[in-house]
Amino acid sequence: MSITTTAAGSIGAIRSALAARETTATALTAIYQARIADEDGRIHAFLSVDKDYALAQAARIDALAAQGDPLPKLAGVPFGIKDVLTLEGFTATAGSKILEGYRPPYTATAVKKLADAGAIFLGKLNCDEFAMGSSNENSAYGPAHNPHALDRVPGGSSGGSAAAVAAGMAVATLGTDTGGSIRQPASFCGVVGVLPTYGRVSRYGLIAFASSLDRIGPFAATVRDAATVLGVIAGHDIMDATSSPLPVPDYTAGIDRGVQGMKLGVPKEYFAEGLDPEVRSAIEAGIDKLRAAGAEILPISLPHTRYAIPTYYVIATAEASSNLARFDGVRYGLRAPQSDTLAAMYRRTRDLGFGAEVKRRILLGTYVLSHGYYDAYYKKAQQVRRLLTDDFLAAFREVDAILTPTAPTPAFKIGEKSDDPVAMYLADIYTVTASLAGICGVSVPCGQSKAGLPIGMQILGKHFDEATIFRVGHALETL
Amino acid sequence: MERVSLDDVRRVAELAHLELTSDEESRMRRDLNAILDYVAQLGELDTSRVEPMAQVSEVLIPPGEPLSEKQSVLREDQIRPCLDRSLVMASAPDTDSVFFKVPKVIER
Repeated sequence: MSITTTAAGSIGAIRSALAARETTATALTAIYQARIADEDGRIHAFLSVDKDYALAQAARIDALAAQGDPLPKLAGVPFGIKDVLTLEGFTATAGSKILEGYRPPYTATAVKKLADAGAIFLGKLNCDEFAMGSSNENSAYGPAHNPHALDRVPGGSSGGSAAAVAAGMAVATLGTDTGGSIRQPASFCGVVGVLPTYGRVSRYGLIAFASSLDRIGPFAATVRDAATVLGVIAGHDIMDATSSPLPVPDYTAGIDRGVQGMKLGVPKEYFAEGLDPEVRSAIEAGIDKLRAAGAEILPISLPHTRYAIPTYYVIATAEASSNLARFDGVRYGLRAPQSDTLAAMYRRTRDLGFGAEVKRRILLGTYVLSHGYYDAYYKKAQQVRRLLTDDFLAAFREVDAILTPTAPTPAFKIGEKSDDPVAMYLADIYTVTASLAGICGVSVPCGQSKAGLPIGMQILGKHFDEATIFRVGHALETL
Repeated sequence: MERVSLDDVRRVAELAHLELTSDEESRMRRDLNAILDYVAQLGELDTSRVEPMAQVSEVLIPPGEPLSEKQSVLREDQIRPCLDRSLVMASAPDTDSVFFKVPKVIER
């Protein structure tokens, strides 16, 4: 199967082709819909598709083009949206049985901004239940498959979002990242995935997992396309008190200025035991290219890195246990039938509706917040979160960006880790640190294994300095 | 070291309104112990002088400038339209279109 990442499918090429009347949004949409029909039986990236909805959007773009009106930034660009984000008119299951068939009555701010910029919505994308997972195997609707090797996971939790772009079933997609859920699947599927700074993109309309960590970000085939999409979805929103009022720069403006004279840090803790040798050599080769292009490569240390996974799993599960309390069978979603009392209805609904990993995390989160354990676990993790953040703040006084592997291995086999939660959690070992610190990051394709599996380099940047990581990422993919 | 007993699992499940089968109870006991064993390494760090960090905004310093009062999260309290009631109630499993209907509430 061919993996389409041609320039013809890029955002800029689509917009100019439409403006020049070389094609229509309707024709383009039909091409992507045909591709989904051909490919998605094997990949299972999409949980729902609405052909008429997309074609109606496309018709509006074609009407604009026919009048010779200026086209919006994402005119005619076929998108897919992770199923934890709301889009009025589509179901939003969050990959869970407890929200099967749920049609939210409103649209997420980030999705609304895409629509206003002329994007076409092909459908909603598969993910781990409530974005809890690193392989997409926790989806209640069955796993998505890696387009590069169908017996392997696409990563998670935004596995469908990464696989759809990798298989050429969408030009760009939205995913969410709480501990690595955009960057790790981007790495596994050989596409670009962006973790924006916490507060850069409004979380309104995102079905919450861990509110102090959850972020929405784009997937695309190139850094330039991903940067274009981030520029559209970023910005302050009155509906999210944690969204930042800082102005949104044009992320594509300086993207091709190169890395000459930039200081790029390489943290030794990310190249220690547990890193697959093929990943190591691919990332080292990428670092050598950036050095040859004029960047100054500096060894740095982020000394608390090894504590990031335990810190993350305490904080994320604590917040999840609180956020998922709302799924109680009263206002939306599943209700277990024939319960005599309200309390029994809650318990039976949640038993029927939640999968094993979600239950595991709710139990762990409830435990670490419960009387007698709060200080030992939750408060302790919050303190270590500050130490991890301080590591980054200190490093960024010396360097402009930080280079690491995105994940310790290429995509693993479906079923390989599904019975061992700790082994699965370690798939996020290089991504959870940036999640806890709130900084931005991007995973950019950086070579592949001998078996042909993609490998991603993670480029981490200062809070609200996405422009710098896009510049480094663009240099890496064009060198 | 056994940190979480079967009784702990049952107590936490009750707090979280989760109903577990006996198979699930023993599986969760095994998994929670494995995860908490891994979490225990946080005890190696002396954090007695470290302030807990609950939110990224506490440390957010945009490039070149400190966080200003204007960037506070508080906004004016204004009356704005909310979602239409009928739209919201349409998602409910059981409703009389004004209220959510639930089974009776009695003491457990």
